[in-house]
Formats: sequence, C-alpha cells, structure tokens
Amino acid sequence: MSEKQFEPLIITFCCYWCAYAGADLAGTSRIQYPPNIRIIRVQCTGMIHPNFVIEALTNGADGVLICGCHPGDCHYLEGNLRAKARAEAIELMLEDFGLEPERFRLEWVSASEAQRFAQVVTEMVEQVRRLGPSPYRMAV
Amino acid sequence: MIRLTINNQEVEVPEGTNLLTAIERCGLRVPTLCYHKALTPYGACRLCVVEVHAPGRAPTVQASCSYPALEGISVFTDTERVRRARKITAELLLARCPDSEVIQRIAAEYGVHEPRIKKKYDDCVYCGLCVRMCQERMGRSAIGFTGRGPRKKLEPPFGKHNPMCWTCGACDFICPVGKKVRSLTSPNIPIPILNPYNMGLNERPAVSIYYPQAIPNKPAIDPQGCVHLKYNACGICDVVCEAKAIRYDQKDETIQLNVGAVILSPGYDIFEPKANNDLGYGRYPNVITSLQFERILSPSGPYGGMVLRPSDLQPPKRIAFIQCVGSRDYERDYCSAVCCMYATKEAIIAKEHAGEDLQCDIFFMDIRAFSKGFEAYYETARKLGVNYIRCRVPKVEEVPETKNLRITYLTDDDRKVSKEYDLVVLSVGMQPPRSVRQIAETFGVRLNQFGFCETSVFSPVETGREGIYVAGPFTEPKDIPETVSQASAAAAKVMALLGEARGSLIAPTVYPPEIDVRGQEPRVGVFVCHCGTNIASVVNVPAVVEYARTLPGVVYAENNLYTCSNDSLERIKQKIKEYGLNRVVVASCTPRTHEALFRSAVRAAGLNPYYFEMANIREHCSWVHSHEPEKATEKAKDLVRMAVAKVKLNDPLYPRPLKVCHDALVIGGGLAGMTAALALADQGFTVHLVEKEAQLGGYLRRMYYLLSGEDPQAALRRLIATVTAHPNIRVYTNAKLVEVKGSLGNFESKIAVGGNGMTQEIRHGVIIVATGAETYRPTEFLYGQDDRVMLHQELEERIAANGFKAKSVAFIQCVGSRNKERPYCSRTCCSETIKHALKLKELDPDAQVYVLYREMRTYGFRETYYTKARKLGVAFIRYADDRPPTVVNHNGKLSVIVRDETLGETIQLLVDHVILAAATIPRDENKELAQLLKIPLSEDKFFLEAHRKLRPLDFATDGIFLCGNAHSPLDIEEVISQALGAAARAATILSKDTIELEPTISHVVTENCDGCAYCVDPCPFKAITLVEYQVNGETKKRVEVNEAICKGCGTCMATCPKKAIYVWHFRPEQLLAEVRAALGLAV
Repeated sequence: MSEKQFEPLIITFCCYWCAYAGADLAGTSRIQYPPNIRIIRVQCTGMIHPNFVIEALTNGADGVLICGCHPGDCHYLEGNLRAKARAEAIELMLEDFGLEPERFRLEWVSASEAQRFAQVVTEMVEQVRRLGPSPYRMAV
Repeated sequence: MIRLTINNQEVEVPEGTNLLTAIERCGLRVPTLCYHKALTPYGACRLCVVEVHAPGRAPTVQASCSYPALEGISVFTDTERVRRARKITAELLLARCPDSEVIQRIAAEYGVHEPRIKKKYDDCVYCGLCVRMCQERMGRSAIGFTGRGPRKKLEPPFGKHNPMCWTCGACDFICPVGKKVRSLTSPNIPIPILNPYNMGLNERPAVSIYYPQAIPNKPAIDPQGCVHLKYNACGICDVVCEAKAIRYDQKDETIQLNVGAVILSPGYDIFEPKANNDLGYGRYPNVITSLQFERILSPSGPYGGMVLRPSDLQPPKRIAFIQCVGSRDYERDYCSAVCCMYATKEAIIAKEHAGEDLQCDIFFMDIRAFSKGFEAYYETARKLGVNYIRCRVPKVEEVPETKNLRITYLTDDDRKVSKEYDLVVLSVGMQPPRSVRQIAETFGVRLNQFGFCETSVFSPVETGREGIYVAGPFTEPKDIPETVSQASAAAAKVMALLGEARGSLIAPTVYPPEIDVRGQEPRVGVFVCHCGTNIASVVNVPAVVEYARTLPGVVYAENNLYTCSNDSLERIKQKIKEYGLNRVVVASCTPRTHEALFRSAVRAAGLNPYYFEMANIREHCSWVHSHEPEKATEKAKDLVRMAVAKVKLNDPLYPRPLKVCHDALVIGGGLAGMTAALALADQGFTVHLVEKEAQLGGYLRRMYYLLSGEDPQAALRRLIATVTAHPNIRVYTNAKLVEVKGSLGNFESKIAVGGNGMTQEIRHGVIIVATGAETYRPTEFLYGQDDRVMLHQELEERIAANGFKAKSVAFIQCVGSRNKERPYCSRTCCSETIKHALKLKELDPDAQVYVLYREMRTYGFRETYYTKARKLGVAFIRYADDRPPTVVNHNGKLSVIVRDETLGETIQLLVDHVILAAATIPRDENKELAQLLKIPLSEDKFFLEAHRKLRPLDFATDGIFLCGNAHSPLDIEEVISQALGAAARAATILSKDTIELEPTISHVVTENCDGCAYCVDPCPFKAITLVEYQVNGETKKRVEVNEAICKGCGTCMATCPKKAIYVWHFRPEQLLAEVRAALGLAV
C-alpha cells in the first residue's frame, strides 16, 4: 500500500430496540464493515439532543451517524419521527458551524437488517473519508 | 504445567500443548494455512514460524504448530527475523496460488502484493488439511498425496474415484484455497441440508442455530446431517468448541409435567401446493410459495433481503401472485383470511426493495381487506402501482428456455390475455397442523369438518373439555392481532380456573444488603472476555487488559476465557470485595443478551446493579472486523474506554415499587364490557361496570339469530344474569365516566349515575374501554323515506317477530363503508347479509334474493355459508366501486338499477324490499373519552391500540386496555376473544400487589426548569404536566413527570433547551462522556 488513507472516526448513536439489535445481528452474521464507528447506545433516537451531535463534531468526530427504528416501529411510538424532525434542524446548525452536511446522517435500521446496517456504515465511512478530517479535529 | 513466556508475557499451559495453541491462548495471532485444531500438526505451510529462545541456546525460528511448549523458553511472535521468514514463505505461496484470496490477504499483511518469481497458478498449496481430515477424522483415506518433490500430487489412489469416499464434503470445506477436492474422489454431489427456516431456499450446516432470533439462541445438531451421529466419525465441533458444550449423547426426553390447564396453540401448516399440479409448484423452480417469498424478502433470508428468483438468482422484473391456492376450493370451502393482505404486503415490500419498476400483479377472486387499517393499506398498494386482476388462474406454464412463466387468463371484458412473469408466488392458504389428529386424540378435543379445532361463537377459546383451551389459527385461519387477542383470552380462562395458584411456584432471589458507595472515588474493575476464540482470535485481549489498567479510575483489570461462566461470575464478585471495586465494566458481548446476568452478579456482590456497563467487543467488534485484528484491537480499547468513562458517572438506581389497587373499571356494558368484567370478577377482582344506557346488553340486544345457529338472546340473558348476580361486579347503569385522575395501578374516577347530578367516586388499578360502536344511518337508497328500505337489524327484528314476508329482496353492501368519508371496511356486513339471505331462503325457498356487492368478504369459515347461499340460488351481483346501484320507487315496487360487472350489463331488479348493509361507525363520544383518558383515536376515529399486530388490546398508556367494537368492527366471537383478552391483560397488573417500574425514566432538575413546557406536547405517553409552585412567596412554573407513565424514551431530554430534564442512566453528562472518550479526549 502506498499512502496511508485517512481513517475517519464516526460517532454512531443506535437506539437500543432496533438499530443496536441490527448491529448485533451484523455481528452474529459475521457481516464485515469498516472499524471506524463507535456505537453509543441510547434508548431511542428521540433522546438525542441536537447538541450531542454538534458537540461530537466540534470535539473532533469526523462524522455522526444516528440509527433508529423504521417509522411506525418505534418502541416509544414516535421518538424516531422526532429524531427525523430534529435531523433537519441539525443540518441547518452544521452550516453555522462550518461543517459539511454529509458529516451527519440519520438512518432507519431494523433489528433484522444486519446487511443494511453494515451497508449504511460502509457508505457513511466512505462518504466522510472523501470529505477528509473534520476541521475541528486539528483544533482539539 | 509448563511455564514459558510469549512476547515477554508469562504463560502456563498443560504439558504437550503446541506453541501455536499457547500463543492463541494469550490472545495473540500468527498466520497459518495448514493448522487446524482438530487435526495433527503438520508443519507444512511454514507461516506460523516464531522465534524460540531456549536458555543457553542460540535463538531459532520454529513452526509454532509443531513445536512443543517447553519449560522456561521465551517465544517471540513478531520479530524482524520472523517477519522476514514469513514474508518469503508468503511470497512463495502467492507465486504458487496467485488467485487465492486467503493467500493474497496473508501476503499483503507482509507487504507482498506481487511475487518476484514466476506464478504457477496452482490450486493446491499441499497443506494436507484435506488428507488429514479424510484420514484422521473420517477414517476414510479417500485422498492422499502421490509422487515426491516437484511431482507431488493430491489425488485418490490410482487417480480414480474412490469408493471409500462418503461424499461428506469435509475436504472441500477445510481447503483454505477453495480447491474442489471432493470431485477428485467421488462422482457424487453432497446432499445439501436444506434450511427449513428459509423454506428450503438455502443450505445450513449440520450444527447450527435454527434462525438468528431463535430461543434458546443455541446451536443444535441435525442428526440426519451429522457425520458423527451417523458414522461415529468427524467430531470436529467437539474439538473446536472451547466451552466443551457439544453433547452427542443428548436424546429426546419425555418430561412429565403436572399442570392445571392446557392451552393448545399448535398453529397451522401451509397448504402443500404440489397437490395442485397445474400451478407448477415443485416442477418449475420459479414458482414458489408466499412463505418462501416472505423469506426472500427478509434481511435474514436466503438472499440477504435481495429480491431474486431461485432459478438463476437474478432479480425478477415481473411477479405474479396467485391467490386462494388451497383456500376457497371444493375440498377447502373456507377462506384463509390472511392471504390477500400478505400478498399485498409482499408486493409493496418487493417494490420497496427492488424499485418501483417491479411489476406486481395479484390474481384474486375477492380482495378481503376486512381488518382494521387493511382497506387503507390496500388503497396504498393500488396507488403504488400493484395491479389487481380479478381471475382465478387455472394454470401456469413454464417457458423452458428462460424459466419464465406464462399465465393465460380472461379479463373483465372477456378478452383472453397471456402474460409472462419471471416469478410466480402462490398465496398458499392455512391448513390445520399435520399433527392435528394426534393432538385431538391426545387432548380429547373435537375437530370441525376441515380439521380445525371446534369452538362455538360464545365460547371461542373453550374446547368442550374443561381445562383445555385453544388459541390461534388452530381454531380458524386468522391474522396476528386476532391470534394475540385469542391467546390472551385463553390465558384469562386459565387464570379464572387457576387464580388461587398464581405465583405459588415463584422463588424470589435474595440479595445481600446494598453497599452505599455514593461520594466515593470511582474504583472500576474491568473484565475482558476472550469468548473462547470469538473475541480473542481477532482482538488482542491481553493488550486491551493492559490498556484498561492505564485508564483513570480503573484499579483492576483481567481477562477471562468466558466472563459469563459461573466461575468467572464468582471471580467478579470476589474481585469486587478484594479490590473494593465500586464500578464494573465487562468487555464481552452484547448487553441485549448478557447485561441482566452481569448486573445480578454485581448486585450479588453488594453493589447497585446500575454501577455496571458493558463494552460490546464481540458483536460490534471482533465479529465484524475479523480481517483487521489491529484495528479491531484499537476499537476494543476505545469501547472499553467509553464504558469506563460512562460507568464512573453512573448513579445507583432502584426499580420503583408502585402499589396497585386491585379493582377494575370497565366502561361499556355491552357484550365486550360484560365479558371482560366477568372474566376479571371470576379471577377474584372487584369490577366496576359502567353502562350509559338503562340496561346492559348493548348491540347484542338487537340480534336474534346467528349464522352458526346459536341463539344470541339466550346467551345474552345468561350473561346479564351472571354479571348482575356476581358478587364481585358492581353495575352502574345510566352512568357516565366524568373524571379520571391518577395512572396505572392507582386511578381515581368519578361516575355520574342516573343523570341527576349524583356522582360516585371509585378507586381502581386499570381501565378497560369497551364502549362499542354505532350503526350508520344512511341517507341514500331511499332509507328513511320508504319503509321497505331497511337496515340489517331492522330486518332481523321483523323476522324475529314473524313480521316479515317478501317474495324478492335485494341487499346492498358497503353502504357507508369503503367510501371517501369512511375508507374502511365494516368487516361483519358481508357475513350478516349471508346470514339474512340464508334465513330468507329458509323462510321461503322460492324467494328471490339478490346481493349487490363489491367484494364478498366472508373470511374464515364464513365462506362455507357464502357457498351455501350461492347453492341455494341467492344471486350475487358485483357492482364497481365507482358505480353504486340506485334505488327508486317504480310503480309501487322498489326498482334497483345496477351495472353487473360480471355480465358487463346494466340490469333492473324489481323487489319488495331493499336491505342496506350499513357501516359500523365509531361513536361520537369517543373523542370525549379519548381526551378524558389521554388515549389516541385512529384516523377512522375508533380507538387506537399500542401496536396493530402485537399489542391489539393495550393502549400505549399503561393500565388502560381496549376491546370490542370500540377497537374496530368485529363479530361476536371476535368481541368475546378481545374482551377476555383485555381482561387477561388487565389481570397482569391487578394480580400484583406492587409493580416494579423501570428506574431509567425522566427526572426534572427543578433549578433548571423554567416551565417553558416545550417537553409537554412531544411526550408520546403524556407523562409530563406543567405545574405551579411557590418559592419565597413567588409563583413559579416547572414540569412534573408522572413516574408511573414515563417509559424513559428521552424525547423530553432532547427537547429541553435548559438541561432541566434527563433520563436516568442516559444523562447528557454520561452520553457526552462516552462521546469524549470515543474521541480520545479527557473525560
């Protein structure tokens, strides 16, 4: 290998009922994906304050990925829809912080969608890799 | 024991252990191609070389697989010399087999991408794994090496197929470079073990976990496929399993249980479509059953959720679904009730997966979208471009060249059309389970004419034999919500029978007193699991332990072969005491399976169970990064660091005990309310039954006969008598609920009784909503203008009073249902019409009876009566959705004009009476009650349950339940099942003295809360209220959380601009500590 490629670090919030279980199933099914994510377990994507996303990014994370239940499947009825509404606000906030919108992503992954989880992670890692390190990474 | 050092780490291993095993036990990894734990070491590939320093001798390079662990030696696995040796070996191997991905990967690890010597393009590395496998494990020696030096060759004796070969396929399985060894020894192909969970669409090994979510989630050996059980050979799984969990001697056991009641829920089997040879199932690979297609669509299915067809694994572009395969035919004169909707669902999901261009045609007779929300779903499918073609397909033909399938059918306007499809899905019906006769004989229950368990309308879960109850499709084909309701209903019956014995077999766990560690500096213990080789073969476990020791706050760290084993759990408890640990982190698998186990160990050592965190380094690390051991190790360190950062901030939390009032409030004194009240009263609970009218009975008072022939009035009289005489039931008539306070376990309500301003206060632990529904009063079809136009119940009352005579009657279906205003199906009207049509024919066999319908939705066994009506000469005339019939007075007779879609002509019927199948509509009062109880209504304004499929009788708000027509239009049998089921659900609360509520719920930080109330509306459980309070004479506002209702979803926490509300165990500080730790920042 010639040049060492940039390895982004992506904070991934997974709701415990769907996405976390989907990530578990990816493990049980031995589906491989890049080791660039760090999963943080939350009860519901609805509990993720936009500030968590911003703080993660301004503290040097290269990307933030939120994975929750598909619409209609939320363990808490509609937390995922709240997360969806907030995602739009988060995208606006990113601009204020001089961050590319591609550094943030919200995805639905059910407990049985191991393949999808791996695919979402792989895409996100590639996407952030292309953007390069977060401008805040150097600062911290 | 032998003591030696590996990379300066001291190790103790039993005598006779080879170096490679000793190295792996340390959690280290060396590359190898020719080593397998179950086979004699061979030293062939030379990749596993390590540097051995024996005292007083010069260091040597040795193959670790075939070199013994010796006392006092020092081993180094990653020196420059070793790397050089491996690099040359890897380069030679790559030159021999340049196409092998395994070798490419190993070579790349040592920086070799292109060999400098000439490539041989061989497909064998002479590792001898297959030879040893066949000889040592199978005892066959069907393959071996011949020749020497450059002429060495892998072949069976004399180079011919060897009769010794069992065609077990182990040689192919173990070959590291993918050579087809078995084809050298045998002309046969191994018989695959088809995976029954995926309906035979893919294969599975002889030892496997049945499916990813199986309970218990443990592998089992398939005795038909296991070489060991069949021939006493192989036995590899026993050697490989580090936990020594393989038991070949396990046999089926007969267990004797003493029970007080039995619930039969053996489910159903699908119709075997091979019986209908014309559809080509079993002959054409691309004709599959709907259950096979369901598996294809599943992410855990045979093709990982990709929509592919079996013959060539290509994505189909045109799919045909054929309905009623094994239903509604001559032998099975019943409707399977679920196929229309599952075909619709599969078509929608297939389009979602494969793209909108996918053509989905559903060939059907009637679309029976009769359940709650189904009609809207059917409409969605049509909007998404799913084509519905009304035709019973007689035959499917294959186009041999393409394996495509051809269906020829008649269109509505009688044109013959032939269409080609890539895949045909047969919507197979439900049949009684194959073992049904044996079940019936064992338990002494009766079966009906189709082989399903016989029940009656007024006792839908009773078998006729006391103590034996039944639930699910075993009684009649049915969907998930009906099955779930019926299962709860059976539970209610059992609880009435065995209420006294409830809880008598439960032994409570006793823990030592809890140690208060608040205010102490965190002392974290970290336990890192090898999980045999599951983690340790990828992640360098000792390195993670070493790293954990360096983390601030960590005072102890160790590694365990299996942290979840009993001895390791004991060690955790012991280390907590020995080191005074006040926090514990286990780095192992997923908390979803093991958190409860570790928490109870932590609690058993005297710590609060919430002073515990897991780092998931198996499912989220070693298993998903198995080719990147170094990166996986780094990630594992990060995950441990995150868990340590969080656990330091954890709080001691306690389940909140909630005292429960054992009384119930049932709103509605109709069939549903009375049945639910009686079911609870029979279990010993006091029930307050509130009815708005002067007498009990509801809609059932207007029913005089049923399809099944039972007498509803007699049943109603019995029920009312039992309810009013029951010592545990208080009946309030002319009564209305006017106020409700409190929540789960402790409600306080006011009931206005008698309409004279008198109110009565009651305390109760649960609420059951059973308020029923109303009948639509039509304004169309001359109803209200001409007495000869009647509704079902008016006809029924007239017939019951012997006051009805007519020579010709026309029924009009879907009056007020399935239209713009009420886009749902009223479910019961088709069967009610059949009931009346049969009655009219019974009264006067010569009467002309016409039924004007859009789809006949006589689901389940109601189909039999539909068939009977047709046989008796009832004329069924189908009209189009957008062309309803018209009714006018024509010279004293009623004239019904309708376009018959089957004939394609408009016809006029002159009849004596027109009977309207009017919609069942939600009560206007639903809105008021919904506000009072803070429960939601559906778009159709019926009450909305917590989950359409899995929680049909619960509201999302704990302690409130739902049954009967307030849920959706239902028939008597279904109302009773739901009512019994709701009682069973309510009893899960009433039967407890206290309920332990999860402690991980919201908490308000009063100092920070300024009462902005942003969090109040978003709370999905309406658990937050705004309150005023006084501080130094000043009125302030803040929010308050009802702890009995809050589920801890944290929507409030993410809405709060002031950090004034958070969820315990997920406080912002804790989550941000994890974020910061993940980023390597100081926490």
